[in-house]
Amino acid sequence: MDFSLTKEQELFQQMIRDFAENEVKPLAAEVDEQERFPIETVEKMAKIGIMGIPIPKQYGGAGGNNLMYSMAVEELSAVCGTTGVIVSAHTSLCAAPILEHGTEEQKQKYLPKLASGEWIGAFGLTEPNAGTDAAGQQTTAVEDGDNYIINGSKIFITNAEYAHVYVIFAMTDKSKGTRGITAFIIEKDTPGFSIGKKEKKMGIKGSATCELIFENCVLPKTNMLGKLSKGFGIAMKTLDGGRIGIAAQALGLAQGAINETVKYVKERKQFGRAISAFQNTQFQLADMNTKTEASRMLVRKAAYKKDQKKVYSVDAAMAKLYAAETAMEVTNKAVQLHGGYGYTREYPVERMMRDAKITEIYEGTSEVQRMVISANMLK
Amino acid sequence: MNLEDYKGIYVFIEQREGFVQNVALELLGQARRLADELNDKVYAMLLGHNIAAKAQGLIAAGADEVLVVDAPELADYTTEPYTQAICKIINDRKPDSVLIGATTLGRDLGPRVSARVKTGLTADCTKIEVGANRELLMTRPAFGGNLMATIVCKNHRPQMGTVRPGVLFAIDADTSREGIITDYKVEFDSSKIKVKLVKTVKEETDLIDITEARILVSGGRGIGNQEGFDAMDSLATTLDAEVSASRAMVDAGYIGHERQVGQTGKTVRPDLYFAFGISGAIQHVAGMEDSDLIIAVNKDKDAPIFQVSDLGIVGDAKQIIKKLNERLNK
Amino acid sequence: MKIVVCIKQVPDTTEIKIDPKTGTLIREGVPSIINPDDKGGLEMALQLKEEKGAHITVITMGPPQADLILREAFAMGADRAIHLTDRKFAGADTLATSYALAGALKKLDFDLLITGRQAIDGDTAQVGPQIAEHLDLPQVSYLEDLKFDGEKTFTMKRHIEEGYQILEVEAPCVVTVLASANNPRYMSVGGIVDAYQKEVEVWGKDQIEVDETLLGLKGSPTSVHKAFARGLKPAGELYEVDTDEAVGIIINKMKEKFIL
Repeated sequence: MDFSLTKEQELFQQMIRDFAENEVKPLAAEVDEQERFPIETVEKMAKIGIMGIPIPKQYGGAGGNNLMYSMAVEELSAVCGTTGVIVSAHTSLCAAPILEHGTEEQKQKYLPKLASGEWIGAFGLTEPNAGTDAAGQQTTAVEDGDNYIINGSKIFITNAEYAHVYVIFAMTDKSKGTRGITAFIIEKDTPGFSIGKKEKKMGIKGSATCELIFENCVLPKTNMLGKLSKGFGIAMKTLDGGRIGIAAQALGLAQGAINETVKYVKERKQFGRAISAFQNTQFQLADMNTKTEASRMLVRKAAYKKDQKKVYSVDAAMAKLYAAETAMEVTNKAVQLHGGYGYTREYPVERMMRDAKITEIYEGTSEVQRMVISANMLK
Repeated sequence: MNLEDYKGIYVFIEQREGFVQNVALELLGQARRLADELNDKVYAMLLGHNIAAKAQGLIAAGADEVLVVDAPELADYTTEPYTQAICKIINDRKPDSVLIGATTLGRDLGPRVSARVKTGLTADCTKIEVGANRELLMTRPAFGGNLMATIVCKNHRPQMGTVRPGVLFAIDADTSREGIITDYKVEFDSSKIKVKLVKTVKEETDLIDITEARILVSGGRGIGNQEGFDAMDSLATTLDAEVSASRAMVDAGYIGHERQVGQTGKTVRPDLYFAFGISGAIQHVAGMEDSDLIIAVNKDKDAPIFQVSDLGIVGDAKQIIKKLNERLNK
Repeated sequence: MKIVVCIKQVPDTTEIKIDPKTGTLIREGVPSIINPDDKGGLEMALQLKEEKGAHITVITMGPPQADLILREAFAMGADRAIHLTDRKFAGADTLATSYALAGALKKLDFDLLITGRQAIDGDTAQVGPQIAEHLDLPQVSYLEDLKFDGEKTFTMKRHIEEGYQILEVEAPCVVTVLASANNPRYMSVGGIVDAYQKEVEVWGKDQIEVDETLLGLKGSPTSVHKAFARGLKPAGELYEVDTDEAVGIIINKMKEKFIL
C-alpha cells in the first residue's frame, strides 16, 4: 500500500496549485461579491487542459485520470468554491456520462469540444418537484418521428447560463417511474430550449445556477444518451462520479479555510501574544486538519477505485458525506478563530463557510449519502 | 601563473553617449583606497569614440593613468569590440585586478572578458577589502539577499569583479592630482563583430508596480488628507521611490488600489519601507513585514507597527515627511 | 529552427527564511523551481515555436533531482531534454559551469541558444555570456523581446537602465532573457501526463567535449572565502524625540543601510 503521489501527480499538483494561487484566488472575492461567472478563468483552464482532465487523448482530453481530476477540483476549491464546482459539473456531470454512455458518434461530436473547454457542459436532473426523489420527473419526452418533443423544466442547474451542452433527463414513459426515464444530450441552440431565472444563492455565487426550460423542444433521436428508459441508471452512475468531484470541492474548501486560519493565527495578537500560542487555537487546528486529511483519504480512495474500474459508489458516498460535513465544520471553526474579522468580507473564510454549505446538499444530500452507505451494509 | 607579475587596479570607465557614469567614479574611489593600502596604482580604462576630453577628470577622481581607447567601433557599446579592447589591455598590462560597474553594460561585458582571459569574476560586489595575502576579498549578496558571500580568486589574475552602483564611494575630485593619459591603440578583429546596434530608445519608466520598487513611501490614516499625500509624493520623488498606502487610504480615495499594501493589496519587500501614520493592523503588516528596512512614524507609541519596524519614531508623520524632504533636498 | 534553452533548478529564494536563533538559512521545505529568467527564456522559445515552428531542446546541469525541471519543461512543450550531471561538475563557479555546459552544447546543433539572464540563487548573470565566449558566438543579454525574420536574422530588444536598445544579429547566437519578457505558460495537463513517458538524456563528463581539469571545484578560479547570513533583524529601535532630531535619525539610518 502506497499513499504517496507519483512524480507525475506531484508535478500536476504543483501546476494546479500555482494556477489556483495566481489565476483563481485573485478573482474569488469579486466572483462571490458580484455573483459573476468567471468566464476568463474557464478560458485559462481550457487552454491548459483542466476542462478535460480525465478525458482520453483520443477525444481531445488530457488523458489524465480521476485522481488528478479530484486533485484539481480540490486545489481550485481551496481558493474559490465557485471555480471548483464549475469544473466538477462540467467534467463529472456532462463529459463523463457522454464518455461512458455515448455512442462513438456522440463522443466524437461532443468530447473534443468539452475537453478543450471550447464548450462548457451542464447536467439537468433536478426539478421543482423532483429533488432527492429523482423518480418524480415531470419533464416529458414524446416520440415524434425521428425526434423527441421535450416539455418541462429543470432547476438549480450549475453552469446553465454559460453551457453549450447539457445532459438532461426526461420521462419517455411516465407509467414506468424510474424505468421510464431517458437521458438526452441537448445543445444550447436547440429550438424550444431556453434558460430561465438565475438563482440567488448563499454561496458558490459565481456558478450561474439557473432554470432550464423546455417548450416543445425538438430533439433528434440521435441525441438520446444511452438506451431508451435507461436514464435513471445513467443519472445515478453519473452522480456517483459527481460525488467524487463535490467531495473534492468540500475537501478543498476545508483545506483553504485551514490555510487561511493558520496564516491568521500566527499574525493576530491578543493579550500580548499570537493567538496561535493559545491551546484552544492549537487544538481546534489539530481537529480541523485531522478531519480534512481523513476527507482527503476518502476522496482519493474513491477516485482511485474509479480509475481502477472498481465499484466505487459507496466510497464516493462516504467521501462526499464526510468531506462535506467536515468542510462545514472546519469553515465554521475557521470563522470562529478569525473572530470578528472572520465575519467580515475582508477575510475569505466567511465566503468559504457559505460555499461549504452547498456541499452537504447538492449531488445527493448528506441524508442520501447515508442511505447509499447503509443500504449497502444492510443488503 | 606568477601572481607577482600582475600589478595595478584597473577600472573600466563606463560612459554612455560620452558621459562618464557615476559608478565609474565610485569604482575609481574604491580603487584609490585599495591601491593606497596595497601600495599599487589605479588605472582607468576609458573606451569610446571622441572621449579623450574625459580623461583628465578621471585623474582627479583617483586614477594614476588613464588608458584612452578611442575608436569608432567603441562609439556605442556592443559586447565584442569592448571585450576585444579590454582583453588586449589585460593581456598587455597584466593587471592585478579589474573592476567593472554592475550595470546592464558591465554585467554583459564582465563575464565575456573573464571567459576570454580565463579568470574569475565576482558579480555585484557590495564590499571590497584587502586580504591577508594582498588578495581582494569581494563580498556580495546571494540567495536573493538572504546570504552574503565573500569571494576570492586565489590563483588566477586579474581578479575581476563587477560592483553595484551606488554602494561604494567616489573620492572628492582633486584637480591638482597628477597622472598620465595614454592613447591606447587596439586593432579590432571585425570578423567577430556580429551584433549590430540599431537604436537606443530612452523611456520614462512609469512603474506603478509597487512590488518592484526599491523604496516605498507608504501612508496610512495618520497622513490625514490630500496635502499629506502630496508631501509623500514629493518625498518619493526625492528618494526615487514609489508611493503606497494602507487600505484606509485606498478606500478614502487618495490613492489607487494598485498601490495598496496588505492582505487585500500587494505583498512587498523593498529595501526600505516607510510606514507613515500606519498603525500596523495585521492585514497591513502581512503585506510588508519582509521588507529589508522598515522605518515607521506614528503618533501612538503603542502602535503595532513598531513591533515590526527596525526604526520607530513616535511623532507626527506629516511634519516628519516635510522636514525629511527638505533636508534631503538640500 | 533549432533552439536550445539552458535552464537551472534553483531554490525559490522568496521562500527562504533566516533561522532567528542561528542566523543561518533555512533551506528545508523551500520549493525548487525553474529559475525565473530561464523560464522566461523557455517561454520565448515556445512562442517562437508557435509562430515560426521550432525544435526545442532544454538542457540543465545539476544533481539528479534536477530531472524535475526537465519534466516541467516537457510539460510546457519542450521537445528534447538533456540532463548534464556528474560528480566532477560539483562545486563549479560560473566559469567552470559555463565551460561544462559549453562542452555539451558543442555536441548540439542550434540556431539560437537561450539562457536566463541570471539565476536567483547566485544572481551573477555570468553563465550565459561565458557560454557564448566558450562557443565563440555573439551574445545579446537582458532580452525583453526577440523576433525572427524566418531566415537567419534575429531582432532583439535589450533592456538597459534608461530604456531599451534594438539590436540585430544573425543565427547562430546566444541570448540571455529576463523573466519580465513574458508570462510563462503553465504546464498543460496533457503535457504533464506525457512528461514522464518521455526520455531525459543523461550526460556525464565522458559524453561531452571537456578537459577534466577545468571542471567543478578544481576548475573554478573563484572560491567562497566565507559566507554569512546578512544579519538578523535587531530589535527595533524606538525614539520619542523632536522632529529635527527624528529626521536626523532617519537619515543616519538610511546612510547606514547604504540607501543614501
